[in-house]
Amino acid sequence: MNYFTLPLEEGTNRFVDDWLLPVTGEFFDSISEGLRTFVDGVTDLLIAAPPELLVLILIIISWKFSGKGLALFALLGSLYLGSVDLWEAAMQTVAIVIVSTLISVIIGIPFGILAATNKTMASVVRPILDFMQTLPSFVYLIPAILLFGLGNVPAVIATFVFATPPAVRMTTLGIQQVPADVVEASKAFGSTKWQLLYKVQLPLALPSIMAGVNQTMMLALSMAVIASMIGAPGLGSVVLEGISTVNVGLGLTGGLGIVVLAIIMDRITQGLVRKNKK
Amino acid sequence: MKKIEVNNLTKIFGSHPQQGLKRLMNGEQKESILAETGMTVGVNQASFSVEAGEFFVIMGLSGSGKSTLIRLVNRLIEPTSGEVLIDGQNIVEMGKNELIETRRKKLGMVFQQFGLFPHRTVLQNVAYGLEIQGVKKEERNKRAQQSIEDVGLHGYENSYPKELSGGMQQRVGLARALANDSDILLMDEAFSALDPLIRKEMQDELLNLQNKLGKTILFITHDLDEALKLGDRIAIMKNGEIVQVGTADEILENPANEYVSNFVKDVDRSKVLMASHVMKKPAVHMADKSGALAAVRKMEEAGASSIFVVDKDNNFKGLLTIDNAINAYKENLPIENVLIEDIHEISPETPLNDLFGVAVEAKYPLAVVENGKLLGIVSRVSILSGLVLGKNEVTTP
Repeated sequence: MNYFTLPLEEGTNRFVDDWLLPVTGEFFDSISEGLRTFVDGVTDLLIAAPPELLVLILIIISWKFSGKGLALFALLGSLYLGSVDLWEAAMQTVAIVIVSTLISVIIGIPFGILAATNKTMASVVRPILDFMQTLPSFVYLIPAILLFGLGNVPAVIATFVFATPPAVRMTTLGIQQVPADVVEASKAFGSTKWQLLYKVQLPLALPSIMAGVNQTMMLALSMAVIASMIGAPGLGSVVLEGISTVNVGLGLTGGLGIVVLAIIMDRITQGLVRKNKK
Repeated sequence: MKKIEVNNLTKIFGSHPQQGLKRLMNGEQKESILAETGMTVGVNQASFSVEAGEFFVIMGLSGSGKSTLIRLVNRLIEPTSGEVLIDGQNIVEMGKNELIETRRKKLGMVFQQFGLFPHRTVLQNVAYGLEIQGVKKEERNKRAQQSIEDVGLHGYENSYPKELSGGMQQRVGLARALANDSDILLMDEAFSALDPLIRKEMQDELLNLQNKLGKTILFITHDLDEALKLGDRIAIMKNGEIVQVGTADEILENPANEYVSNFVKDVDRSKVLMASHVMKKPAVHMADKSGALAAVRKMEEAGASSIFVVDKDNNFKGLLTIDNAINAYKENLPIENVLIEDIHEISPETPLNDLFGVAVEAKYPLAVVENGKLLGIVSRVSILSGLVLGKNEVTTP
């Protein structure tokens, strides 16, 4: 099948070396700076705050959005993280997950809305989402390092690429699932497009949007492990260290920490979905 | 005054509606346009007008284009050509803001599946139209409250739609349309999703409301009985075209074509025909003029065993049987003393449907009375013949 040679590899490298880095380098540097300040700020805040206070807040949130069971689990999980000396690593992971989920949601939901209401937009957004979801994450980890350096900033960027699609898709789905007669009724009484959107479509799409947020958060957490390969601190790097030193115990210790975080985050956001369905 | 005027309104669904329109104008049939271009003619050059305060019903089977037509009137669907004048203004040519303004102020709509906002309470649903106009909360809640009471939903203000039965949900839909205080109500199969008893109740209440509020109503239905009951005038639609417009009587008596006559053939006559259609002019006895003997003679002439008695102004007095008349004559009593007065009185608008039970129980013919005056009598025979023959045959002597 080798009818002609496509110099994609050389071309891409030349593009990156000759244009992307020298020309746009500064631009990405400034993004990088901004993001770093943000992530570091959240990380420092979580680490500096007294763990007891954070655990108390976590227990209250768990109780409120899920129930007694999760509140108890949050307490036990926090005790576990402390007892294996992973509290700080856990907070670093939580910071990356929170920041990247926030960015994914802030960018993803408007695109989801546009894709739901505009056919052209939908036909543009959909292949991009397919691309983002199927491209192996290691492929964009490389340019992420080149553009944003090592550490938690490229981790946030890579996580954004990996975790945004569900936020977009579930928003689109939620809006499209609003019954046609309800939309018609809103229009028939003289709603503007904005009124239709924020008085009818968004409130009714909220359970679906929250399910998207839940998915985004879970994907962000799973990316936190992979992102440790590009120097993101946190539980992922503990697991990575366990792998590279063939230390099964360390790997398990870090891995269980991630499971604890996953369960708490998942139950809380699912609680949000249920609350919005009522 | 014409409230709604629809002229040559056409809607073609498909990729190139203008081409389809050209074909349609050249006299091509809907079927051949569909076969050759894949485009569907939803509404084909429909024209009609609705007077202020009129109850206008568009009736057609599913696929006849009636739901499309009503959505063209408020432009939920964009027309391909033609015009819709609301109070003389062509809604088809309005800009976005003008259209929104017209929908807000002039057009209320009620939907078949209710179209209520599930995340809002009854009060919030009803106040929606006012809310988006920027009416202050206190004011809009007050007005919403009024229309909630108009439709008999007092006490349910804070319920959510899913907590209500179908009939009550549609009352919310109706209240929402009334709250804006628009002159025109568009009702798309508003009662079709309700079960028959609730439906009848809603129909009666809608008629009452219209009497009270004087709205102009454009009502869509696939149910001919409903159309005949509600409509001042009825338009019958088939294949996107309006085939006949007229009052219930005109349509029943002079169907414009075979389609309409096939339609009305199966109409349950008992619901359409009223007492006034089948009543007969009775032989009466003037009580003030003559006595019992004259009454007996009259009964003899008519070959009847009883006679209705009126005064000189035709005010209904009661029924005189031949036995009572003879007794009165023998004992020299005035007729008034022997009249049977608890005769079943019915109004001329009573549907035949409601007369069966009464007629079976009654010993004497039923008296049709309006404002105290005797208009006619209805016998069991005339009810039955009315059902079989229709009113023309009955009323012609």
